[in-house]
Amino acid sequence: MAVIQVQSPGLQTTVQDLGRHGYGPLGVSPSGAADPLSLRIGNRLLGNPESAAAVEMTLMGGAYLFPDGATAALTGSNFDATLDGQPIEMWTAFAIRPGQVLKLPHTRTGARCYLCVHGGVVVPMLLGSASTHLLSGLGGVEGRALRKGDVLTIGAESSRRNGRVDPRFLSALVPGRTLTDTVANLLRVTTGPQAQRFSASSESFYGGLYTVTEEANRTGIRLEGPPIEDPAKGHMITEGVCLGAIQVPAGGQPIILHVEQQTAGGYPKIANIIAADLASLGQLRPRDSIRFSPVTLETAIALLREQEQFLQSEEWILE
Amino acid sequence: MDAASAEISFVPASDQSLLLQVGTEITPAAGALVAKLVRALEQQPFDGMRDLNPAYCSLLVKFDGLRLTHAAVEASLRALFAHASEIESIAVQKVEIPVLYGGEFGPDLDDVAALHGLTPAEVVRLHSEAEYTVSFLGFVPGFAYLGGLSDSIATPRLPSPRKRVPPGSVAIGGNQTGVYPFPTPGGWRIIGRTPLAMFEADRDPPSLLGIGDRVRFVPITEKEVEPWR
Repeated sequence: MAVIQVQSPGLQTTVQDLGRHGYGPLGVSPSGAADPLSLRIGNRLLGNPESAAAVEMTLMGGAYLFPDGATAALTGSNFDATLDGQPIEMWTAFAIRPGQVLKLPHTRTGARCYLCVHGGVVVPMLLGSASTHLLSGLGGVEGRALRKGDVLTIGAESSRRNGRVDPRFLSALVPGRTLTDTVANLLRVTTGPQAQRFSASSESFYGGLYTVTEEANRTGIRLEGPPIEDPAKGHMITEGVCLGAIQVPAGGQPIILHVEQQTAGGYPKIANIIAADLASLGQLRPRDSIRFSPVTLETAIALLREQEQFLQSEEWILE
Repeated sequence: MDAASAEISFVPASDQSLLLQVGTEITPAAGALVAKLVRALEQQPFDGMRDLNPAYCSLLVKFDGLRLTHAAVEASLRALFAHASEIESIAVQKVEIPVLYGGEFGPDLDDVAALHGLTPAEVVRLHSEAEYTVSFLGFVPGFAYLGGLSDSIATPRLPSPRKRVPPGSVAIGGNQTGVYPFPTPGGWRIIGRTPLAMFEADRDPPSLLGIGDRVRFVPITEKEVEPWR
Protein backbone atom coordinates (compact mmCIF):
# COMPACT_ATOMS: atom_id res chain seq x y z
CA MET A 1 0.00 0.00 0.00
CA ALA A 2 1.36 3.43 -0.95
CA VAL A 3 2.33 5.74 1.88
CA ILE A 4 3.50 9.26 2.72
CA GLN A 5 6.40 9.54 5.14
CA VAL A 6 6.54 12.69 7.24
CA GLN A 7 10.13 13.94 7.22
CA SER A 8 9.27 17.21 8.88
CA PRO A 9 5.73 18.09 9.97
CA GLY A 10 5.57 21.88 9.59
CA LEU A 11 3.88 24.06 12.19
CA GLN A 12 0.55 22.30 12.64
CA THR A 13 -0.25 19.63 10.11
CA THR A 14 -3.32 17.45 10.51
CA VAL A 15 -5.46 15.01 8.56
CA GLN A 16 -8.84 16.58 7.74
CA ASP A 17 -11.93 15.83 5.71
CA LEU A 18 -15.24 17.71 5.67
CA GLY A 19 -15.87 17.06 9.37
CA ARG A 20 -17.99 15.01 11.68
CA HIS A 21 -21.59 16.17 11.69
CA GLY A 22 -24.49 15.09 13.86
CA TYR A 23 -22.71 14.50 17.17
CA GLY A 24 -23.43 17.88 18.76
CA PRO A 25 -25.61 16.24 21.44
CA LEU A 26 -22.46 14.41 22.63
CA GLY A 27 -20.51 17.67 22.76
CA VAL A 28 -18.62 16.87 19.55
CA SER A 29 -18.07 19.82 17.22
CA PRO A 30 -17.58 19.00 13.53
CA SER A 31 -13.88 19.91 13.12
CA GLY A 32 -12.87 19.28 9.48
CA ALA A 33 -10.89 21.34 6.97
CA ALA A 34 -10.59 25.00 8.01
CA ASP A 35 -10.89 25.90 4.32
CA PRO A 36 -13.33 23.25 3.08
CA LEU A 37 -13.60 24.83 -0.36
CA SER A 38 -9.91 24.28 -1.13
CA LEU A 39 -10.15 20.67 0.08
CA ARG A 40 -13.18 20.04 -2.15
CA ILE A 41 -11.49 21.64 -5.15
CA GLY A 42 -8.37 19.51 -4.61
CA ASN A 43 -10.41 16.35 -4.42
CA ARG A 44 -12.39 17.27 -7.54
CA LEU A 45 -9.17 17.90 -9.47
CA LEU A 46 -8.14 14.33 -8.67
CA GLY A 47 -11.56 12.74 -9.18
CA ASN A 48 -11.78 11.79 -5.49
CA PRO A 49 -15.04 11.97 -3.56
CA GLU A 50 -14.96 15.59 -2.40
CA SER A 51 -15.01 14.49 1.23
CA ALA A 52 -11.80 12.44 0.88
CA ALA A 53 -9.30 13.16 3.64
CA ALA A 54 -6.20 15.24 2.93
CA VAL A 55 -3.28 16.78 4.76
CA GLU A 56 -3.96 20.30 6.09
CA MET A 57 -0.85 22.42 6.66
CA THR A 58 -0.71 25.70 8.58
CA LEU A 59 1.70 28.55 7.72
CA MET A 60 4.68 26.16 7.44
CA GLY A 61 4.22 22.92 5.54
CA GLY A 62 7.19 20.61 6.14
CA ALA A 63 8.62 17.82 3.98
CA TYR A 64 7.05 14.59 2.80
CA LEU A 65 8.64 11.53 1.17
CA PHE A 66 6.59 9.41 -1.23
CA PRO A 67 8.44 6.04 -1.36
CA ASP A 68 5.85 4.60 -3.78
CA GLY A 69 4.94 7.77 -5.66
CA ALA A 70 1.45 9.27 -5.93
CA THR A 71 -0.70 11.71 -7.86
CA ALA A 72 -1.37 14.82 -5.84
CA ALA A 73 -2.74 18.36 -5.94
CA LEU A 74 -2.00 21.35 -3.73
CA THR A 75 -4.80 23.81 -3.03
CA GLY A 76 -5.44 26.72 -0.68
CA SER A 77 -2.60 28.99 0.31
CA ASN A 78 0.64 28.92 -1.72
CA PHE A 79 3.48 27.45 0.37
CA ASP A 80 6.10 27.68 -2.43
CA ALA A 81 6.13 23.91 -2.80
CA THR A 82 8.92 22.05 -4.57
CA LEU A 83 9.23 18.43 -5.65
CA ASP A 84 12.87 17.32 -5.51
CA GLY A 85 13.72 21.01 -5.80
CA GLN A 86 11.45 21.80 -8.78
CA PRO A 87 8.64 24.33 -8.19
CA ILE A 88 5.16 22.84 -8.15
CA GLU A 89 2.12 24.56 -9.61
CA MET A 90 -0.79 25.10 -7.20
CA TRP A 91 -4.35 24.00 -8.09
CA THR A 92 -3.01 21.40 -10.55
CA ALA A 93 -2.77 17.61 -10.34
CA PHE A 94 0.84 16.44 -10.60
CA ALA A 95 2.66 13.11 -10.56
CA ILE A 96 5.12 12.21 -7.82
CA ARG A 97 7.62 9.51 -8.75
CA PRO A 98 8.64 6.89 -6.18
CA GLY A 99 11.24 8.32 -3.79
CA GLN A 100 10.54 11.98 -4.47
CA VAL A 101 10.29 14.51 -1.66
CA LEU A 102 7.67 17.27 -1.56
CA LYS A 103 8.73 20.31 0.42
CA LEU A 104 6.39 23.11 1.47
CA PRO A 105 8.43 25.80 3.22
CA HIS A 106 5.90 28.48 4.17
CA THR A 107 3.31 30.88 2.92
CA ARG A 108 3.28 34.66 2.58
CA THR A 109 -0.46 35.04 2.14
CA GLY A 110 -3.23 32.96 3.62
CA ALA A 111 -2.78 30.26 6.23
CA ARG A 112 -3.60 26.77 5.01
CA CYS A 113 -2.54 24.50 2.19
CA TYR A 114 -4.12 21.15 1.36
CA LEU A 115 -2.14 18.20 0.05
CA CYS A 116 -4.69 15.99 -1.67
CA VAL A 117 -3.76 12.62 -3.20
CA HIS A 118 -5.42 10.21 -5.60
CA GLY A 119 -7.34 7.83 -3.34
CA GLY A 120 -7.23 10.19 -0.34
CA VAL A 121 -5.38 9.81 2.96
CA VAL A 122 -6.64 6.86 4.98
CA VAL A 123 -6.88 6.93 8.78
CA PRO A 124 -9.28 5.06 11.10
CA MET A 125 -12.72 6.66 10.80
CA LEU A 126 -14.14 8.07 14.01
CA LEU A 127 -17.87 8.82 14.15
CA GLY A 128 -17.94 8.83 10.37
CA SER A 129 -15.01 11.16 9.77
CA ALA A 130 -11.23 11.15 9.37
CA SER A 131 -10.90 14.68 10.77
CA THR A 132 -8.50 15.43 13.59
CA HIS A 133 -9.99 17.22 16.62
CA LEU A 134 -6.90 18.55 18.39
CA LEU A 135 -8.51 19.86 21.57
CA SER A 136 -9.95 16.47 22.52
CA GLY A 137 -7.23 14.41 20.85
CA LEU A 138 -9.69 12.54 18.63
CA GLY A 139 -9.63 11.44 14.99
CA GLY A 140 -6.92 11.73 12.35
CA VAL A 141 -3.56 10.29 13.42
CA GLU A 142 -3.93 9.59 17.15
CA GLY A 143 -5.89 12.80 17.54
CA ARG A 144 -2.81 14.97 17.13
CA ALA A 145 -0.82 17.01 14.67
CA LEU A 146 1.60 15.02 12.51
CA ARG A 147 5.14 14.38 13.76
CA LYS A 148 8.39 13.51 12.09
CA GLY A 149 8.38 9.79 11.29
CA ASP A 150 4.59 9.43 10.93
CA VAL A 151 3.51 7.28 8.00
CA LEU A 152 0.20 8.03 6.27
CA THR A 153 -1.55 5.46 4.12
CA ILE A 154 -2.80 6.50 0.70
CA GLY A 155 -6.15 4.99 -0.29
CA ALA A 156 -6.66 2.58 -3.14
CA GLU A 157 -6.53 4.58 -6.34
CA SER A 158 -10.07 4.39 -7.59
CA SER A 159 -9.88 7.86 -9.04
CA ARG A 160 -8.08 8.74 -12.23
CA ARG A 161 -8.62 12.40 -12.93
CA ASN A 162 -5.69 14.79 -13.44
CA GLY A 163 -7.29 18.20 -13.59
CA ARG A 164 -6.16 21.75 -13.04
CA VAL A 165 -8.05 24.89 -12.23
CA ASP A 166 -8.53 27.15 -15.23
CA PRO A 167 -6.62 30.27 -14.10
CA ARG A 168 -9.41 32.49 -15.39
CA PHE A 169 -11.73 31.08 -12.73
CA LEU A 170 -9.35 30.99 -9.80
CA SER A 171 -10.48 34.28 -8.30
CA ALA A 172 -14.14 33.31 -8.69
CA LEU A 173 -13.51 30.10 -6.78
CA VAL A 174 -11.86 31.75 -3.85
CA PRO A 175 -14.14 34.62 -2.79
CA GLY A 176 -12.81 36.98 -0.14
CA ARG A 177 -9.29 35.76 -0.59
CA THR A 178 -9.00 37.82 -3.74
CA LEU A 179 -9.13 40.89 -1.54
CA THR A 180 -6.10 39.79 0.48
CA ASP A 181 -3.81 42.22 -1.27
CA THR A 182 -6.01 45.26 -0.74
CA VAL A 183 -6.64 46.88 2.62
CA ALA A 184 -8.57 44.09 4.24
CA ASN A 185 -10.20 40.72 3.85
CA LEU A 186 -13.93 41.20 3.61
CA LEU A 187 -16.05 38.77 5.59
CA ARG A 188 -19.78 38.90 5.09
CA VAL A 189 -22.00 38.24 8.08
CA THR A 190 -25.60 37.81 9.14
CA THR A 191 -26.80 39.05 12.52
CA GLY A 192 -26.14 36.89 15.56
CA PRO A 193 -28.71 35.85 18.17
CA GLN A 194 -27.73 38.71 20.54
CA ALA A 195 -27.21 41.32 17.78
CA GLN A 196 -29.93 43.57 19.19
CA ARG A 197 -28.12 44.35 22.40
CA PHE A 198 -25.17 45.62 20.36
CA SER A 199 -27.18 48.09 18.28
CA ALA A 200 -25.29 51.05 19.76
CA SER A 201 -21.96 49.50 18.74
CA SER A 202 -22.93 48.23 15.33
CA GLU A 203 -21.37 51.25 13.62
CA SER A 204 -17.95 50.66 15.12
CA PHE A 205 -18.23 46.93 14.41
CA TYR A 206 -19.22 47.29 10.77
CA GLY A 207 -17.13 50.39 10.13
CA GLY A 208 -14.05 49.16 11.94
CA LEU A 209 -10.91 47.44 10.80
CA TYR A 210 -10.02 44.37 12.87
CA THR A 211 -6.66 42.65 13.06
CA VAL A 212 -6.15 38.91 13.52
CA THR A 213 -4.02 38.40 16.66
CA GLU A 214 -1.46 35.64 17.28
CA GLU A 215 -4.23 33.80 19.11
CA ALA A 216 -5.69 32.27 15.99
CA ASN A 217 -6.14 28.54 15.73
CA ARG A 218 -8.67 25.87 14.79
CA THR A 219 -10.73 26.60 17.93
CA GLY A 220 -11.07 30.35 17.58
CA ILE A 221 -9.64 33.50 16.08
CA ARG A 222 -9.14 36.41 18.46
CA LEU A 223 -9.37 39.87 16.89
CA GLU A 224 -8.20 43.31 17.89
CA GLY A 225 -9.95 46.48 16.84
CA PRO A 226 -12.62 48.97 17.87
CA PRO A 227 -14.09 47.56 21.09
CA ILE A 228 -17.74 46.53 20.99
CA GLU A 229 -19.69 47.58 24.03
CA ASP A 230 -22.16 45.18 25.57
CA PRO A 231 -24.70 47.07 27.69
CA ALA A 232 -25.74 43.76 29.30
CA LYS A 233 -22.11 43.21 30.41
CA GLY A 234 -21.83 39.77 28.91
CA HIS A 235 -24.68 38.37 30.93
CA MET A 236 -26.46 35.51 29.17
CA ILE A 237 -27.27 31.83 29.53
CA THR A 238 -24.88 29.45 27.75
CA GLU A 239 -26.37 28.29 24.45
CA GLY A 240 -25.39 26.27 21.38
CA VAL A 241 -22.90 27.97 19.06
CA CYS A 242 -21.70 27.30 15.55
CA LEU A 243 -18.78 27.81 13.21
CA GLY A 244 -18.22 31.46 12.30
CA ALA A 245 -20.04 32.90 15.32
CA ILE A 246 -18.55 36.25 16.39
CA GLN A 247 -18.52 36.30 20.17
CA VAL A 248 -18.03 39.44 22.20
CA PRO A 249 -16.49 38.72 25.59
CA ALA A 250 -16.02 41.32 28.32
CA GLY A 251 -13.50 43.83 27.02
CA GLY A 252 -15.26 43.98 23.68
CA GLN A 253 -12.59 42.39 21.47
CA PRO A 254 -14.37 39.82 19.27
CA ILE A 255 -13.50 36.15 18.86
CA ILE A 256 -14.59 34.22 15.76
CA LEU A 257 -15.39 30.59 16.52
CA HIS A 258 -13.52 28.23 14.25
CA VAL A 259 -13.89 24.58 13.17
CA GLU A 260 -13.04 23.04 16.53
CA GLN A 261 -15.31 25.35 18.52
CA GLN A 262 -17.06 24.19 21.65
CA THR A 263 -20.64 23.15 20.96
CA ALA A 264 -21.99 25.70 23.45
CA GLY A 265 -20.75 29.00 24.81
CA GLY A 266 -21.72 31.76 27.20
CA TYR A 267 -20.62 34.87 25.34
CA PRO A 268 -23.09 37.00 23.37
CA LYS A 269 -22.79 36.87 19.58
CA ILE A 270 -23.09 39.97 17.47
CA ALA A 271 -22.90 38.28 14.06
CA ASN A 272 -22.03 35.08 12.19
CA ILE A 273 -19.84 34.68 9.11
CA ILE A 274 -21.92 33.48 6.16
CA ALA A 275 -21.41 29.92 4.91
CA ALA A 276 -20.05 31.13 1.57
CA ASP A 277 -17.18 32.93 3.38
CA LEU A 278 -16.17 30.19 5.81
CA ALA A 279 -13.38 29.08 3.47
CA SER A 280 -11.93 32.60 3.64
CA LEU A 281 -12.06 32.39 7.43
CA GLY A 282 -9.83 29.31 7.26
CA GLN A 283 -7.20 31.34 5.40
CA LEU A 284 -6.87 34.16 7.94
CA ARG A 285 -3.44 34.52 9.51
CA PRO A 286 -2.09 36.66 12.34
CA ARG A 287 -1.86 40.38 11.43
CA ASP A 288 -4.40 40.09 8.59
CA SER A 289 -6.89 42.93 8.56
CA ILE A 290 -10.56 42.21 8.19
CA ARG A 291 -13.78 44.10 7.78
CA PHE A 292 -17.29 42.80 8.34
CA SER A 293 -20.07 43.50 5.91
CA PRO A 294 -23.70 42.75 6.82
CA VAL A 295 -25.95 40.84 4.43
CA THR A 296 -29.45 39.42 4.79
CA LEU A 297 -30.10 35.70 5.30
CA GLU A 298 -31.53 35.58 1.77
CA THR A 299 -28.38 37.10 0.29
CA ALA A 300 -26.20 34.74 2.33
CA ILE A 301 -28.01 31.72 0.97
CA ALA A 302 -28.02 33.11 -2.58
CA LEU A 303 -24.23 33.53 -2.35
CA LEU A 304 -23.86 29.98 -1.03
CA ARG A 305 -26.05 28.62 -3.83
CA GLU A 306 -24.02 30.48 -6.43
CA GLN A 307 -20.78 29.12 -4.94
CA GLU A 308 -22.10 25.55 -4.83
CA GLN A 309 -23.50 25.63 -8.35
CA PHE A 310 -20.24 26.96 -9.72
CA LEU A 311 -18.22 24.35 -7.83
CA GLN A 312 -20.44 21.55 -9.02
CA SER A 313 -20.50 22.78 -12.62
CA GLU A 314 -16.79 21.96 -12.85
CA GLU A 315 -16.53 24.38 -15.77
CA TRP A 316 -13.43 25.64 -13.95
CA ILE A 317 -11.55 22.35 -14.40
CA LEU A 318 -9.18 21.85 -17.32
CA GLU A 319 -8.31 18.20 -17.91
CA MET B 1 -43.32 22.56 32.04
CA ASP B 2 -45.39 20.99 29.31
CA ALA B 3 -45.86 22.07 25.75
CA ALA B 4 -48.85 24.22 26.63
CA SER B 5 -47.13 26.35 29.25
CA ALA B 6 -43.69 26.61 27.71
CA GLU B 7 -42.76 29.84 25.99
CA ILE B 8 -40.67 29.09 22.97
CA SER B 9 -39.02 31.52 20.64
CA PHE B 10 -36.81 31.29 17.61
CA VAL B 11 -33.91 33.40 16.40
CA PRO B 12 -31.58 32.71 13.45
CA ALA B 13 -28.06 32.11 14.75
CA SER B 14 -26.45 31.96 11.31
CA ASP B 15 -27.50 31.48 7.68
CA GLN B 16 -27.72 27.74 8.28
CA SER B 17 -28.84 27.47 11.90
CA LEU B 18 -31.81 28.38 14.06
CA LEU B 19 -31.78 28.81 17.84
CA LEU B 20 -34.84 27.52 19.68
CA GLN B 21 -35.19 29.04 23.14
CA VAL B 22 -37.39 27.50 25.84
CA GLY B 23 -38.25 30.29 28.26
CA THR B 24 -35.57 32.67 29.47
CA GLU B 25 -34.18 30.90 32.51
CA ILE B 26 -32.53 27.66 33.53
CA THR B 27 -35.18 25.40 35.00
CA PRO B 28 -35.35 21.61 35.28
CA ALA B 29 -38.52 21.67 33.19
CA ALA B 30 -36.90 23.63 30.35
CA GLY B 31 -33.95 21.25 30.46
CA ALA B 32 -36.23 18.22 30.32
CA LEU B 33 -38.04 19.68 27.33
CA VAL B 34 -34.77 20.35 25.47
CA ALA B 35 -33.66 16.78 26.20
CA LYS B 36 -36.96 15.46 24.88
CA LEU B 37 -36.70 17.49 21.67
CA VAL B 38 -33.12 16.29 21.12
CA ARG B 39 -34.07 12.64 21.52
CA ALA B 40 -37.09 13.07 19.25
CA LEU B 41 -35.05 14.81 16.53
CA GLU B 42 -32.28 12.24 16.81
CA GLN B 43 -34.80 9.47 16.27
CA GLN B 44 -36.63 11.26 13.47
CA PRO B 45 -34.42 13.90 11.92
CA PHE B 46 -36.09 16.09 9.30
CA ASP B 47 -34.63 16.16 5.78
CA GLY B 48 -31.74 18.58 5.67
CA MET B 49 -31.05 18.56 9.41
CA ARG B 50 -27.30 18.53 10.11
CA ASP B 51 -26.65 18.79 13.81
CA LEU B 52 -28.10 19.72 17.19
CA ASN B 53 -26.34 21.69 19.91
CA PRO B 54 -28.46 21.61 23.06
CA ALA B 55 -27.84 23.74 26.14
CA TYR B 56 -29.73 24.49 29.39
CA CYS B 57 -32.88 25.98 27.90
CA SER B 58 -32.14 26.19 24.20
CA LEU B 59 -31.39 24.07 21.19
CA LEU B 60 -29.32 25.18 18.21
CA VAL B 61 -30.50 23.37 15.09
CA LYS B 62 -28.09 23.32 12.15
CA PHE B 63 -29.42 22.60 8.69
CA ASP B 64 -28.65 22.66 4.98
CA GLY B 65 -29.55 26.20 3.92
CA LEU B 66 -29.74 25.18 0.26
CA ARG B 67 -32.65 22.87 1.02
CA LEU B 68 -34.42 24.60 3.88
CA THR B 69 -35.29 28.11 5.01
CA HIS B 70 -35.33 29.25 8.62
CA ALA B 71 -39.11 29.54 8.36
CA ALA B 72 -39.43 25.93 7.22
CA VAL B 73 -37.22 24.67 10.04
CA GLU B 74 -39.16 26.75 12.55
CA ALA B 75 -42.40 25.26 11.25
CA SER B 76 -41.18 21.69 11.68
CA LEU B 77 -39.87 22.43 15.16
CA ARG B 78 -43.15 24.09 16.14
CA ALA B 79 -45.04 21.06 14.86
CA LEU B 80 -42.79 18.75 16.86
CA PHE B 81 -43.18 21.00 19.87
CA ALA B 82 -46.97 21.00 19.63
CA HIS B 83 -46.83 17.25 20.04
CA ALA B 84 -44.11 17.34 22.69
CA SER B 85 -46.49 15.96 25.32
CA GLU B 86 -47.01 12.92 23.10
CA ILE B 87 -43.30 12.24 22.74
CA GLU B 88 -42.57 9.41 25.09
CA SER B 89 -40.54 10.43 28.04
CA ILE B 90 -36.97 9.73 27.18
CA ALA B 91 -35.35 6.65 28.60
CA VAL B 92 -32.85 8.11 31.01
CA GLN B 93 -29.94 6.08 32.25
CA LYS B 94 -28.98 6.12 35.89
CA VAL B 95 -25.22 6.18 36.02
CA GLU B 96 -22.98 5.75 39.05
CA ILE B 97 -19.54 7.29 38.80
CA PRO B 98 -16.91 6.02 41.25
CA VAL B 99 -14.72 8.84 42.57
CA LEU B 100 -11.49 8.93 44.47
CA TYR B 101 -11.91 12.21 46.37
CA GLY B 102 -9.11 14.47 47.59
CA GLY B 103 -5.36 14.00 47.79
CA GLU B 104 -3.43 14.07 44.55
CA PHE B 105 -6.63 13.31 42.62
CA GLY B 106 -8.60 16.19 44.11
CA PRO B 107 -6.12 19.00 44.65
CA ASP B 108 -8.85 21.63 45.26
CA LEU B 109 -10.94 19.65 47.77
CA ASP B 110 -9.38 21.30 50.81
CA ASP B 111 -9.81 24.79 49.33
CA VAL B 112 -13.46 24.14 48.46
CA ALA B 113 -14.04 22.94 52.04
CA ALA B 114 -12.24 25.95 53.54
CA LEU B 115 -14.19 28.43 51.35
CA HIS B 116 -17.44 27.09 52.79
CA GLY B 117 -16.24 26.49 56.35
CA LEU B 118 -16.73 22.75 55.90
CA THR B 119 -14.47 19.76 56.37
CA PRO B 120 -13.32 17.91 53.24
CA ALA B 121 -15.36 14.93 54.39
CA GLU B 122 -18.51 17.09 54.48
CA VAL B 123 -17.84 18.29 50.93
CA VAL B 124 -17.49 14.68 49.80
CA ARG B 125 -20.72 13.75 51.55
CA LEU B 126 -22.64 16.67 50.01
CA HIS B 127 -21.20 15.99 46.55
CA SER B 128 -21.90 12.26 46.63
CA GLU B 129 -25.35 12.24 48.20
CA ALA B 130 -27.05 14.35 45.53
CA GLU B 131 -28.55 13.06 42.31
CA TYR B 132 -27.53 15.12 39.29
CA THR B 133 -29.13 15.58 35.89
CA VAL B 134 -27.16 15.96 32.68
CA SER B 135 -28.22 19.39 31.39
CA PHE B 136 -26.30 18.91 28.15
CA LEU B 137 -22.90 17.90 26.80
CA GLY B 138 -20.47 20.48 25.53
CA PHE B 139 -17.04 22.07 26.02
CA VAL B 140 -15.40 18.91 24.67
CA PRO B 141 -16.85 15.55 23.56
CA GLY B 142 -18.44 13.75 26.50
CA PHE B 143 -18.25 16.67 28.97
CA ALA B 144 -21.61 16.66 30.79
CA TYR B 145 -22.81 19.79 32.57
CA LEU B 146 -24.48 18.37 35.69
CA GLY B 147 -27.20 20.30 37.47
CA GLY B 148 -28.26 19.60 41.06
CA LEU B 149 -25.18 20.59 43.06
CA SER B 150 -25.87 21.52 46.68
CA ASP B 151 -25.69 25.31 47.16
CA SER B 152 -23.50 24.63 50.20
CA ILE B 153 -20.60 23.58 47.97
CA ALA B 154 -21.20 25.77 44.90
CA THR B 155 -17.79 27.38 44.32
CA PRO B 156 -16.55 29.96 41.82
CA ARG B 157 -14.08 28.83 39.18
CA LEU B 158 -10.35 29.21 39.74
CA PRO B 159 -9.10 32.76 39.09
CA SER B 160 -6.95 31.41 36.28
CA PRO B 161 -7.62 28.08 34.60
CA ARG B 162 -5.18 25.17 34.71
CA LYS B 163 -3.41 24.54 31.41
CA ARG B 164 -4.00 20.81 31.65
CA VAL B 165 -6.58 18.99 33.74
CA PRO B 166 -6.04 15.21 34.03
CA PRO B 167 -8.80 13.19 32.30
CA GLY B 168 -11.36 11.81 34.76
CA SER B 169 -11.07 14.86 37.02
CA VAL B 170 -14.32 15.49 38.92
CA ALA B 171 -14.78 19.19 39.42
CA ILE B 172 -17.06 21.98 40.63
CA GLY B 173 -17.62 25.14 38.57
CA GLY B 174 -20.12 27.58 40.08
CA ASN B 175 -23.31 25.67 40.86
CA GLN B 176 -22.45 22.85 38.50
CA THR B 177 -20.29 19.78 38.60
CA GLY B 178 -18.78 17.66 35.87
CA VAL B 179 -16.05 15.25 34.83
CA TYR B 180 -13.27 16.24 32.40
CA PRO B 181 -13.09 13.52 29.69
CA PHE B 182 -9.80 14.67 28.12
CA PRO B 183 -6.62 16.38 29.20
CA THR B 184 -7.74 19.93 28.41
CA PRO B 185 -7.35 23.36 29.97
CA GLY B 186 -9.95 23.88 32.70
CA GLY B 187 -10.95 26.35 35.39
CA TRP B 188 -13.26 24.25 37.55
CA ARG B 189 -12.15 23.17 41.05
CA ILE B 190 -10.97 19.58 41.03
CA ILE B 191 -12.16 17.58 44.01
CA GLY B 192 -11.54 14.02 42.84
CA ARG B 193 -10.98 11.65 39.95
CA THR B 194 -12.87 8.77 38.39
CA PRO B 195 -11.24 5.81 36.67
CA LEU B 196 -14.17 5.63 34.22
CA ALA B 197 -13.64 6.71 30.61
CA MET B 198 -16.20 9.45 29.93
CA PHE B 199 -15.75 9.29 26.15
CA GLU B 200 -14.36 6.43 24.07
CA ALA B 201 -14.52 6.76 20.33
CA ASP B 202 -14.91 3.03 19.64
CA ARG B 203 -17.65 2.51 22.22
CA ASP B 204 -21.34 2.69 21.30
CA PRO B 205 -22.47 5.18 22.38
CA PRO B 206 -19.06 6.82 22.73
CA SER B 207 -20.16 9.07 25.59
CA LEU B 208 -20.80 7.53 29.01
CA LEU B 209 -23.48 10.17 29.66
CA GLY B 210 -26.31 11.49 27.49
CA ILE B 211 -28.59 14.49 27.85
CA GLY B 212 -31.17 13.98 30.60
CA ASP B 213 -29.30 11.12 32.31
CA ARG B 214 -29.22 10.91 36.13
CA VAL B 215 -25.85 10.70 37.81
CA ARG B 216 -24.56 9.83 41.27
CA PHE B 217 -20.98 9.98 42.48
CA VAL B 218 -19.81 7.11 44.68
CA PRO B 219 -16.74 7.60 46.88
CA ILE B 220 -14.15 4.85 46.51
CA THR B 221 -10.78 4.18 48.09
CA GLU B 222 -7.42 3.96 46.39
CA LYS B 223 -7.47 0.18 46.97
CA GLU B 224 -10.66 -0.10 44.94
CA VAL B 225 -9.03 1.82 42.09
CA GLU B 226 -6.21 -0.71 41.71
CA PRO B 227 -8.16 -3.06 39.44
CA TRP B 228 -8.85 -0.09 37.11
CA ARG B 229 -5.23 0.80 36.56
